[in-house]
Amino acid sequence: MTRHVMVADLRRCIGCQTCTAACKQANATPPGVQWRRVLDLEVGEYPNVRRVFVPTGCQHCADPPCEKVCPTTATRRRPDGIVEIRYDLCIGCSACMLACPYDARYKTERREYGFGEKPTEDEAMRADDSLLGVATKCNFCADTVDAGVARGLTPGEDPEATPACVNSCISGALVFGDIDDPKSGVSKLLDENKHFRMHEDLGTDPGFYYVWDQDLP
Amino acid sequence: MTATVRGAPRLQRSWDSRAACNFICGGAGTGLLLAAAAALPSGWPYAPAGVLAFALIGFGLWMVWLEIGRPLRALNVFFHPQTSWMTREALLALPLLIIVGAAILLDQRIVPLPFKTHGTVIDLAWAGAVLGLAFLYCQARILTASKGVPAWREPSLQSVIVITGITEGLGLLLLLGLAVATPPSWVFAAGLVALAARAGAWEYYRRRVAAGAPATATAALNRISSPVHLLGHVLAAVLLIVALITPTPVLPAAGAGLALVAVGAWLKFTVVTRAAFTQGFAIPFLPVRGRAGS
Repeated sequence: MTRHVMVADLRRCIGCQTCTAACKQANATPPGVQWRRVLDLEVGEYPNVRRVFVPTGCQHCADPPCEKVCPTTATRRRPDGIVEIRYDLCIGCSACMLACPYDARYKTERREYGFGEKPTEDEAMRADDSLLGVATKCNFCADTVDAGVARGLTPGEDPEATPACVNSCISGALVFGDIDDPKSGVSKLLDENKHFRMHEDLGTDPGFYYVWDQDLP
Repeated sequence: MTATVRGAPRLQRSWDSRAACNFICGGAGTGLLLAAAAALPSGWPYAPAGVLAFALIGFGLWMVWLEIGRPLRALNVFFHPQTSWMTREALLALPLLIIVGAAILLDQRIVPLPFKTHGTVIDLAWAGAVLGLAFLYCQARILTASKGVPAWREPSLQSVIVITGITEGLGLLLLLGLAVATPPSWVFAAGLVALAARAGAWEYYRRRVAAGAPATATAALNRISSPVHLLGHVLAAVLLIVALITPTPVLPAAGAGLALVAVGAWLKFTVVTRAAFTQGFAIPFLPVRGRAGS
């Protein structure tokens, strides 16, 4: 079996938001929609204050609550672990947005542009009305992954089969791959380091891991 | 380093007052179907209550239709009965409205039939009441299936929604007493039992939310709790007791009905639109920086 997951090494993330920008460029998402975003959390009290950068987005859960509540079957989990939305089925009821504990879904009712009322040339070219009035979210760049796999490439190792956010990460904080393959980069990283998943107590079995320390003997 | 770091929850804006309307009107309408079916043996006519319940349930569904992003694809809502409570609610709505409509037509003898129809009306009314309760239960489960909203996923919200719907239904029947006929006295007693159950369910739910949901959600519920108890429970109980002992119970009963319905609507509106803060983000460990390899 294959389960594609993402690992964010919190020790490496510097909060540069390059992954956010790369995702927006790759998926042409409108203003305010960030399928990949990086939280900038403040910890402690003055003068002992730290910032922690936490990449987040759809966690591609193995037991996704968004899939259960979807009345149309638009949201479904693929055999390779990627949770996708079939935009032609979605009615935009927003039930999935409220079922997601990771605040990963968005709904845009009308076209919006980054620089005023009129679209830029690029925005006009890439505008996709099928994404209006429906729920949208990160799909681990499934088209890229599928195209790469079809060419015999390995997601997470070959950039042409890897999500844009991972390819763009300047510090190597984001890693992608098949957790069911013990030789994959994500499996090795998780074997060698302490990690956690967000809101594990909710039983969603998320496919997004956070590394926070070495696994010292 | 162990420490739970949290990102602030935010108030959800995906479901607004239109969605709240479905829970308010659907709950009250289905509750009224139950009360109307139970009142039939006492000689109460079915049609006034049936028409009002039909209109409320239909209005609630219409408001939801106005809220969805792709209303022309609304029929896709029927595709996922395996796990979606929204699909199940939609599947129940169809036979529910047909059965209630048929009961109204027969009760009013709009369609002349060569046999006595009263027994059929009673059967249809009870079928409508049972389907209505199932519809109401689906609404409760829609909310508790929303894992991203701690105040909704609390399981005790199910009993709040179901009991509130039944209470509102009794309240509407008491209000209809102003226009139709004096409600049977068992309705006053049933109202007392229902409001006591609602008060208990609300208090339990509120405490459970306080134990596990964001403080902002708890604050939203706490803000309305005292007036909910005073108007919806204490005042309504006093009026129902007056109705039970007075020879002219219509006015105090209607006052109690108004309090039961209004407070039920207020309570659900608050839960859906004011206490619906998202889960927020939390990391249980801080990254350890500065070691070799990190």
